[in-house]
Amino acid sequence: MNHSISLTVNGARRDFVLDDPRVTLLDLLRERLHLTGTKKGCDRGQCGACTILVGGKRINSCLALAISHDGADILTIEGVARGDQLHPVQAAFIAHDGFQCGFCTPGQIMSAIGMMREGQAGDDPERIRECMSGNLCRCGAYAGIVDAVLEAQAGASETNRRRSA
Amino acid sequence: MKPFDYVRPATVAEAVAAAAQPGATYLAAGTNLLDLMKGGVSRPDLLVDVTHLKGLDRIEPLADGGLRIGALVRNADLAHDEDFARSYPAVAEALLSGASAQLRNAATVGGNLLQRTRCAYFYDTASRCNKREAGSGCDARDGENRTHAVLGWSESCIATHPSDFCVPLVALDAIVEIEGRKGRREIALDGLHRLPADTPERDSALEPGDLIVAVRLPPAARGFAAHARYLKVRERTSYAFAVVSAAAALQIENGRIKEARLALGGVAAKPWRARGAEDVLKGAAPDAAVFQQAAQRALTEAKPSGDNAFKIELARRIVARALTLAAAGTPARMPALPASPFASTSGAIHA
Amino acid sequence: MPELSLTSAPAHLRHGSNIGQPLTRRDGILKVKGQATYAADNHPAGMLFAVMAVSSIARGRVTSLDVDAAKRHPGVVDVMTPDRRPQLAIDPEIKTNPFVFRIEVLQSDEVRYANQPIAVVIAVTLEAATEGAALLAPRYETLSARVGLDAGDSFVPPVVGVGNPAENHRGDVEAGLASAEKRIEATYETPPQYHNAMEPHAIVAVWDGDSLSIDMPTQGLMLSVARIAELFGIAPDKIRIRSPFLGGGFGSKGLMAGPPVLGIMAAKLVGKPVKLVLRREQMYGPVGHRAPTRQRLRMGTDGEGRLTALDHHARTVSSTFDDFYEPAADASHTLYASPAIRTSHDAVRVDTGTPLFMRAPGEATGSIALESAIDEMAWACGIDPLAFRLKNYAEVEPITGKPFSSKALRACYEQGAARFGWARRSLQPRQMRDDAGLLVGWGIGTATFPALMFQAEARAAIRRDGSGAMEIGAHDMGQGAWTALAQIAADGLGLDIDRVAFKAGTSDLPDAGIAGGSAHTATAGAAIHSAGAAVIAKLADLATNDERSPLFGAGNAGVIARDGRLFRRDDESRGESYAEILARAGLAEVEARGTGAPNPAAMEEYAMHAHGAVFAEVKVDPELGQIRVTRMVGAFAAGRIVNPHLVKSQLFGGMIWGMSFALHEEAITDRRSGRIMNANLGEYHIPVNADVPPLDVITVEEHDPHVNALGIKGVGEIGITGSAGAVANAVWHATGVRVRRFPIKIEELLT
Ligand SMILES: Cc1cc2nc3c(=O)[nH]c(=O)nc-3n(C[C@H](O)[C@H](O)[C@H](O)COP(=O)(O)OP(=O)(O)OC[C@H]3O[C@@H](n4cnc5c(N)ncnc54)[C@H](O)[C@@H]3O)c2cc1C
Ligand code: SF4
Ligand code: FES
Ligand code: FES
Repeated sequence: MNHSISLTVNGARRDFVLDDPRVTLLDLLRERLHLTGTKKGCDRGQCGACTILVGGKRINSCLALAISHDGADILTIEGVARGDQLHPVQAAFIAHDGFQCGFCTPGQIMSAIGMMREGQAGDDPERIRECMSGNLCRCGAYAGIVDAVLEAQAGASETNRRRSA
Repeated sequence: MKPFDYVRPATVAEAVAAAAQPGATYLAAGTNLLDLMKGGVSRPDLLVDVTHLKGLDRIEPLADGGLRIGALVRNADLAHDEDFARSYPAVAEALLSGASAQLRNAATVGGNLLQRTRCAYFYDTASRCNKREAGSGCDARDGENRTHAVLGWSESCIATHPSDFCVPLVALDAIVEIEGRKGRREIALDGLHRLPADTPERDSALEPGDLIVAVRLPPAARGFAAHARYLKVRERTSYAFAVVSAAAALQIENGRIKEARLALGGVAAKPWRARGAEDVLKGAAPDAAVFQQAAQRALTEAKPSGDNAFKIELARRIVARALTLAAAGTPARMPALPASPFASTSGAIHA
Repeated sequence: MPELSLTSAPAHLRHGSNIGQPLTRRDGILKVKGQATYAADNHPAGMLFAVMAVSSIARGRVTSLDVDAAKRHPGVVDVMTPDRRPQLAIDPEIKTNPFVFRIEVLQSDEVRYANQPIAVVIAVTLEAATEGAALLAPRYETLSARVGLDAGDSFVPPVVGVGNPAENHRGDVEAGLASAEKRIEATYETPPQYHNAMEPHAIVAVWDGDSLSIDMPTQGLMLSVARIAELFGIAPDKIRIRSPFLGGGFGSKGLMAGPPVLGIMAAKLVGKPVKLVLRREQMYGPVGHRAPTRQRLRMGTDGEGRLTALDHHARTVSSTFDDFYEPAADASHTLYASPAIRTSHDAVRVDTGTPLFMRAPGEATGSIALESAIDEMAWACGIDPLAFRLKNYAEVEPITGKPFSSKALRACYEQGAARFGWARRSLQPRQMRDDAGLLVGWGIGTATFPALMFQAEARAAIRRDGSGAMEIGAHDMGQGAWTALAQIAADGLGLDIDRVAFKAGTSDLPDAGIAGGSAHTATAGAAIHSAGAAVIAKLADLATNDERSPLFGAGNAGVIARDGRLFRRDDESRGESYAEILARAGLAEVEARGTGAPNPAAMEEYAMHAHGAVFAEVKVDPELGQIRVTRMVGAFAAGRIVNPHLVKSQLFGGMIWGMSFALHEEAITDRRSGRIMNANLGEYHIPVNADVPPLDVITVEEHDPHVNALGIKGVGEIGITGSAGAVANAVWHATGVRVRRFPIKIEELLT
């Protein structure tokens, strides 16, 4: 059974025919759209490497069927920077060495961006640790990750303050 | 994953009709179902995707003071709804202590209720498991079972229900609204999950095609907002299922407990309402002695199903602590680590 | 994959360059943009997907596979089984050298551990291949599984670790114990652990005639090439492996395991490019693990609290078909002075995949037991555990009597203790609480790891335009080779890092040895350093022998290379640029090679180790038993620090592994089936962000003229040693309960 679906991926609309309803968003991105920035660490919702934003919210793309997300607006790591200009979270990850092997990094960054949009963590490191706990890092780059998010968060608050001033 | 057909019904009636067919299963966010399908534990022929149904994603205050939560409301959206968190803080705390932010963003209310056990032998298709395959046996019984049930289990199954959300909900007398082949009906959440007895293959009281459309909190549930907590002991600080958890909610008037609600998680095949303990508490002054007594009472029927005797003692202590925390009052803000014993770790150290 | 282009970080992210500078990662931009290409990200045209079917029994034989059912599934192209597979050039059971492990590549229907590959399904889509593998529905003839440390008769292995004797002693332990004033004896258990790099093992294999192109994460490019060459009977120069980035390795990607070989076989079978990626649960079997141990420690002290004897025995396991023995007891060779030391190992064989080196093999496992026992001994003596360690400070390596090439451990203790505030610790356990009533405990552990050197080669060039090139088949598993080695290269070539084309991560470059043993930066760095020196020497020859050069005749005085110019050492006002020298000589480039290798003479004379002291604070709920680490300070002396930024990250990572060892990680094996019941990342717990407290690392200055030309000791593994014990000791100090079975569980603390 073929199903035609359409998705907006990193701002571009993509229409295609899905020949198999078993395809997850993760496998769709990686193996069919060749957007391999999103990683597969467990395929079972247990690591966060596959985190993407759907409708602005972070989810595990390995436990989401593509077909069920017909019409969704998806942001992946490939769509975060504007050309050469890094997203503040990306820049902060580099500055604070928020990764080592880098395999969990796309998921961490998408998760951090999603978290900042959720507005639940603010600048409390303990909240950030809790809210970033859905992203495992076997290299143990957590300290840098928290520092990076704190910096990005501070930058975002600063921008907001300036905007509202 | 086994091939399956996929339908996306436009109405609840269509959904029910589709899902009533043999081999059909509802798909909500899929965070549990897809996991099970990938492991070959669930092998449905037809997925009935309910995520596009209209009108099931609302949180509606009811005229009688109750609240109706649509089955498709996302766990995170519910927990972060300010009115909801203010009125039912233990439920919000339980939700936020479950899974991860990503999973909570996806997971639906209905799916959370109906998530299946995390028993490792249930997940391992090479093991015998009465729940997965009726009558095949239970490899957990003599296996690695330190996290298994201590209440309500039977020789045929010693699994626990893993949901955090359900624990405070059952304490607050939540009601489940169901749309089925014979129309709409409702049952108490306490009656939704079944204890295993001889038929552990049936997790719940639902019939084929039954769709949970909403969960309702009765008007009285609001009355506990000032003294309600959820406490969850786990093997890492976050992103882990409960070893044991408890929801405690009190109404305290003039130094006495007017009403008490208590439920345990991680101890049985269902969220475990401890009515006997509630009776102990009712009318008493909220002090350590009565909390201990309630804790004893809550676990009187408990017995180990394996290497898990410690869970009984742990459960007693969690009950006593959850009651202590509830009596102290709901914190003004959600703790940084919801439901954690380390909810407030900052502070000076004394020798 | 296009050739890798490492974007230099934008100026604001730069913190200087070259050795000693905290340069941010040069591969950082690729990694944060999702553009770093890991093996599984490759997708050559016409590629098919291969998925392994693995055994659910731990011992026996596969009696049937429903190949037809798999083949009937739409999209399935082929099924590789023992009956249908490409021939290998040699029997995979033959160990052609000590770094070859026996692998299962469908050579028979025998099953020797759970999760062993038993077939491979190749299909047009990943979904089809995955379900095809499930449809094989294997049937077995099952034999009872041998599980656990008491599974059978024990024996003394010929060697432990990589070539260490199983038994070692110095002095008379029994006499030492007999004469002791105080004695302790304690037995500790550590569980099986799995590397669980976030990146599952993966391979994309493409055959072109008898040439083979491979994308695969490996910590040992050349070892892999050699193994593939012998297995497939092709010349090594027909094989090209690209491994620019590893998504973590921790030892599990060091040697060729079975699954990537299966990927190559599958590609050969179907005559198309094939991608094979392990599912997470499949990483609990064919790709190595840390073996469980039971360790008995006996110690005695004299009236002053000085050790009179130290006896460390470790029981471990290996597989039934190959040998790797976790050298746990060897941890007692180097840390504490004792007139009598004995270490010994024995083992039993169990039905698991062969254990392997996993981050600090032996050191980590042995360290948590030794550091716990030292704490127990200190407590028995009534002495502060730091004071006790200082009292028993080893001035020479205890087991050999050799002097240390350098050892700044005392400074580590001092600086770490000061930063941590150790002086305020109560001697008695269960004395400290925080405001919330949680028990607070402080623990210490000493860290140590040998400073190793392997063999490596590098090629350096200076080009006509004055830029440089450095090529070495080095591996970046996250430790930062792309950055740290490039820094060393830049210094070696006397150029700014942006003027050096640094190439690494493919097998057609000079052999960088294996990225393991915390020796990669030292070994590859030494090769780079020497290649740099060699090419500069050639350039200097051109200039100093040329009358037209301002450097003419400087031969004796020598030259300095800096900023792309050579200067006379005795007169820095005289110099000229590389470009000028080459232009005049009419050369496009000069090139030279260099090597890095251990110095046998220095090794004979000195014991070479990095050291450290880790201090941990835990909080424990007094009634509920849940534990949280709230603070860790590690002070490490590891020779020269090439890049403080990267080194800090490595040490943090190690400390988190140590905490994970003490509190979280454990593979749970069903005693009956031999299957691992938590072969996933949900129930095999590794720390999440919320488990990790603010960490503090101090790198203590240490100059070591003996270890290698650059004085580098390596920091990849030392962080886990010491840390595991520090956390365990802190739990004791918080609760008064000494848990000797790791990881420490809630039920042990429900007192
Ligand atoms: C790694 C991991 C960790 C987790 N940790 C926790 C935790 O700590 N605490 C916790 O409580 N949970 C935890 N969860 C479970 C998570 O909460 C559930 O997976 C989630 O709530 C299920 O919701 P869903 O919408 O994805 O349901 P689905 O997976 O779509 O469905 C689950 C089941 O419910 C049925 N169903 C769904 N909606 C309806 C409906 N409206 N009517 C009738 N049937 C329906 C489906 O047919 C299916 O059988 C964890 C999950 C993962 C993967
Ligand atoms: S405890 Fe229940 S779910 Fe677990 S194996 Fe036994 S029957 Fe299956
Ligand atoms: S790959 Fe999706 S959570 Fe691990
Ligand atoms: S950086 Fe390697 S797993 Fe996070």
